[in-house]
Amino acid sequence: MKPSIQIDGKPIPFAEGQTIMEAATAAGVYIPHLCHNPEFEPHGSCKLCTVRVNGRNCSACTFPAADGQEVLNDTAELNELRRTITELLFVEGNHLCPSCEKSGNCQLQAAAYFLGMVDAHFPFFYPARELDGSHPDILLDRDRCIFCELCVRASRDVDGKNVFAIGGRGIDSRLIVNSPSGRLADTPVAATDKAAQVCPVGAILVKRRGFEIPIGERIYDRHTIAEESLEREEPIVESRHD
Amino acid sequence: MTEKLTVATTSLAGCFGCHMSFLDIDERILALAEVASFDRSPLTDIKHCGDKVDLGLVEGGLCNAENVHTLREFRKHCRILVAVGACAINGGLPALRNHIPLEECLDESYLNGIGVENPQMPNDIELPLLLNKVHPIHEVVKVDYFLPGCPPSADTIWKFLSDLAAGREPSLPRELIHYD
Repeated sequence: MKPSIQIDGKPIPFAEGQTIMEAATAAGVYIPHLCHNPEFEPHGSCKLCTVRVNGRNCSACTFPAADGQEVLNDTAELNELRRTITELLFVEGNHLCPSCEKSGNCQLQAAAYFLGMVDAHFPFFYPARELDGSHPDILLDRDRCIFCELCVRASRDVDGKNVFAIGGRGIDSRLIVNSPSGRLADTPVAATDKAAQVCPVGAILVKRRGFEIPIGERIYDRHTIAEESLEREEPIVESRHD
Repeated sequence: MTEKLTVATTSLAGCFGCHMSFLDIDERILALAEVASFDRSPLTDIKHCGDKVDLGLVEGGLCNAENVHTLREFRKHCRILVAVGACAINGGLPALRNHIPLEECLDESYLNGIGVENPQMPNDIELPLLLNKVHPIHEVVKVDYFLPGCPPSADTIWKFLSDLAAGREPSLPRELIHYD
């Protein structure tokens, strides 16, 4: 008999080596997440995918599935926790959706919609972060960075260029680029690189694409992040374990 | 007949788009008039709240000392206070200036910016003092409800008002929550 876990009381089969997130996604169960992307090794930093496993809170994207686990996912308590985490992400950056061309395609925004966030609750930090427009094809707006490290992982593991890293600590954390001048223009990054495409928010944008799709027809105008994630991520999860 | 709900509105550092969106409820305003009467509002041109206001809608954030004064007075008179739109909730587009020191903003606008003629710093006693940063209203007063959007759609505003007027706890379905 295939090993399985229970998510919110529903039996979910899994393959050896799969995380709870991977098993859930393959079975069509959405667990909210931001720093997780099935194309990359799990990072476990955003904590949006926190689930309760046998009574303990764990990150679903890093926690391995094990036979008989009882997992709570879609509960009022966990969704409240996730909403609070999302609110904190909003106040720790400068996420002013009306001024962002990623609006409608932004996973942070879509996660907040999904979780019913109507305000950010906490006092805003309004951090001062440097914008880098030096590259001819890529804009780096550090205001919107949520430190998911997807660009770091993509540049290192896929592009083989090691362009991005997170520098500093706490509220002084910032996305840095690997060039003598510290400017994006002086790195080998290109608009076709995975690192330039993978940002879930509007921190790394390929220039001259902002209004290709009108507002109202963008990804999360048409689908919830749950629908979109399950449709987009399931086949990739399966291929990783073939 | 039960007593009508008293509604007041005010605009702080915003563009009046939220008030325009409110007026976009169109003919539904007649149904609203059956259950609500307007007190202080730019729409009525009444400058100060009456003694008892059931519902106060605030558009805009706080960018100067007058905004703070107006908000505190407004809060004092309103039983329920609602932050309407991005500026009231997170500072909105005016908060884009929070990146830049205030002195640099004023310098660019009035002294050394491109196209500035007869450069001089405004210094009239009637001009309210600017705050160093633009702030959302929940950082200064207690806010009871939030209607996100830039502006919130007329349907969002209507759903909220009709819920409240019917004695229901207001709630917004996912389709009515937008931040842009």
